[in-house]
Amino acid sequence: MMQRKPANRSDMLVTGLGVLAVVVLTLGIFMAFVYAPTDRDQGDAQRIFYVHVPMAWLAYLAMGVVFIGSVGYMWKRSARMDRLARSSAELGFLFTTLVLITGSIWGRPIWNAWWQWEARLTTTLILWFIFIGYFMVRAYAGDAERGARYAAVLGIIGAIDVPIIHQSVKWWRTLHPEPIVLDTAGPNLPDSMLVTLLVCLAGFTLLYAFLMVLKMQIEWARDVLAERELTALLAPEGNQAERRTVATVSHKVSGAAED
Amino acid sequence: MDDNLGYLFAAFAVTWLAIAGYLLYIGQQVKGLRDEVRMLNEGDDSPGV
Repeated sequence: MMQRKPANRSDMLVTGLGVLAVVVLTLGIFMAFVYAPTDRDQGDAQRIFYVHVPMAWLAYLAMGVVFIGSVGYMWKRSARMDRLARSSAELGFLFTTLVLITGSIWGRPIWNAWWQWEARLTTTLILWFIFIGYFMVRAYAGDAERGARYAAVLGIIGAIDVPIIHQSVKWWRTLHPEPIVLDTAGPNLPDSMLVTLLVCLAGFTLLYAFLMVLKMQIEWARDVLAERELTALLAPEGNQAERRTVATVSHKVSGAAED
Repeated sequence: MDDNLGYLFAAFAVTWLAIAGYLLYIGQQVKGLRDEVRMLNEGDDSPGV
């Protein structure tokens, strides 16, 4: 029977981020439905804004972290930076999928169309394909080191798409509205809507941080176990160092699972 | 604009279902790693290994 181990700092960080994310997101949802006013033109459909914009922000953030991890990996060949990039890429794929779906649902009552081949939507779809490509090059590269290298190159090149997505509404004529929060003249929406959006952005950013720490722990444990299995294959007798490795992973994994 | 409530519900439902699904997927990954660690520990503890 597996005994409960004392929580380490990493476990406490996961728990703390998880609890904080739940509290702030609960407040954000309450504000989105109760505190924020109903839009005069769009009606209740405008409230999709409070999940759509945070999803877009997290897609950008995730790609930014993939970029940092990829540059770090190419520079130092650090396994930690590779774990950072691949963990964030998985979350980036999730949030880019959600920004496309929520945008499509919002577009139907407002534009009378689920999809338009216009600049903002198309460049976001390209980001989604970049994330898919990131995992495909890893899967089909042959060996893990080569896969990590190819993925890092794609992670660096793919990040160029983020400023293009953001600027697309200014560079091309689009159906999608221009930024109303990051407007050069300042936020262009009522205070109650802005505060609600900021709370939702904070809550979803905490959720991203929580998932990132959890995912990094899982990827770390996978890397250590894969290395341990390789060592065991080369030296079937085993040794003290291997046993310590298993004990460390066991502690980390059981902590992550029980929290 | 009342019929827009369905779109609002759909957008929130899809978002939260996807996040819940991802959390379940992460939970499965943790469970798989725990099983692997348990297997390795049992292998180390077994006689003759």
